Amino acid sequence: MSDSAATDTKQSFQLKSASVSLTALELYYFDNDEFEANLRDKISQAPGFFKDIPLIISLEKYEGLDSELDFFKMIGTCRRHNIHVIGVRAANDDQRRLARGASLALLPGGSLKERPAPEAPAEAEPEAAAAQEPANEPAPAKIINQPVRSGQQVYAPEGDLIILAPVQAGAEVLAAGNIHVYGPLRGRALAGIHGAESARVFCQSLEAELVSIAGHYKISEDLQDIGWKSAVQIQLRDDVLVVTPLDKA
Amino acid sequence: MARIIVVTSGKGGVGKTTTSASISTGLAKRGHKTVVIDFDVGLRNLDLIMNCERRVVYDFVNVIQGEATLNQALIKDKRVETLYILPASQTREKEALTKDGVEKVINELSETFDYIVCDSPAGIEHGALMALYYADEAIVVTNPEVSSVRDSDRILGILQSKSRRAEMGQDPVKEHLLLTRYNPDRVEKGEMLSVQDVEEILAIPLLGVIPESQIVLNASNQGLPVILEEQSDAGQAYEDAVARLLGEEREHRFMTSQKKGFFSRMFKGG
Repeated sequence: MSDSAATDTKQSFQLKSASVSLTALELYYFDNDEFEANLRDKISQAPGFFKDIPLIISLEKYEGLDSELDFFKMIGTCRRHNIHVIGVRAANDDQRRLARGASLALLPGGSLKERPAPEAPAEAEPEAAAAQEPANEPAPAKIINQPVRSGQQVYAPEGDLIILAPVQAGAEVLAAGNIHVYGPLRGRALAGIHGAESARVFCQSLEAELVSIAGHYKISEDLQDIGWKSAVQIQLRDDVLVVTPLDKA
Repeated sequence: MARIIVVTSGKGGVGKTTTSASISTGLAKRGHKTVVIDFDVGLRNLDLIMNCERRVVYDFVNVIQGEATLNQALIKDKRVETLYILPASQTREKEALTKDGVEKVINELSETFDYIVCDSPAGIEHGALMALYYADEAIVVTNPEVSSVRDSDRILGILQSKSRRAEMGQDPVKEHLLLTRYNPDRVEKGEMLSVQDVEEILAIPLLGVIPESQIVLNASNQGLPVILEEQSDAGQAYEDAVARLLGEEREHRFMTSQKKGFFSRMFKGG
């Protein structure tokens, strides 16, 4: 094969930038037995969520000795529970060296945006909750003033989505948090797309094609009975979407 | 600088070409130097409605590809002094309209014309995107029925995201709603959406309502822009729309049933 033939053919890949939201494990100290016990405990609270997830070990609040950091054991323990450690957010050079030795990717340190990860019962681990306390900045809401037209999609990957105009039939609005539509909602609205079951959808006039909260959805046909074409809120109760007229809320 | 107006709809057969012909004729009648460009490469119709199909030598694509000059391709209208037509090619593909080529032609036309009316093809593909890309204003032609309204909504979204104004972050394209084939009798029977319904759904200002009329069809077949049928209601409705486009205040007409007698109107109104 000549060089020119190689350049004529299509490349075998293309690099694209991607941003994915990941779960970070903030480690305070490491003892493999305790680590495994705590991990097992966490997983039992939401088995589906932890299956085959990628995990980052964050050492920014690590208080133990660096010599106690045994990444091989940590990876092995996680792997036994179907969790894949992919990288480390290290605080110093020693930690970085250890991580590199374990073939883990190094992630830039700095402000780890603290969002209470889908932590099922928060009270289960009081000390962890206390450690997370320091006033978390809420993710800013995305505000849209223009109508969202058929074929358009608006996505708020972190916080709430607020739309001060109609969402037309054939349009789609998605948010990690709540969705507010101060106009008729005629298209599709998907709130809590990362699994936040407490997310809600509010709208001035419910005429939606589909409403979904944390993956539980109802289509237009099933929404006709309560609050159709009026101001409502929609929330998840016992895995069922419940529509409540706003004047009765 | 010329004002560039695209006549678009998404859906086919709603009256884009009829509207382009009448609006451009109306602007020219008022003394504005106007050119109307047919962007429907491969399915050209505008020249038929403008009754100049026998005078087409060179077309839009020839000019873009440098095979003819603008002056060779522009056809001067025989009825209205200041009106010119730039016909589409019947034998080429829509891909022949390149962004740079269209820009070159529009820039050249801008130097001498007051208004450039772009008659968009149906759909949301390349030809339609080229027709709306350089627009300052858009006339969205809609029939009072659900699928047409939905397609108009789609095209409005594209105007606000894929036009040059949107890409450059300039003021958005100014939108006008033109409701065509409106039949107040059928609206009353609930067979058609009303003006209010369509306005409420699309949420853009109403430029005019053109009543459904046999005269529109007859005029098209004769190669006469319907605005020149000055006695007809459709012709007058287009006349009103042109006036509003130029900033005049005109009350909307032809929105209620004609046959309705004096008494029934009294009773309903009272």
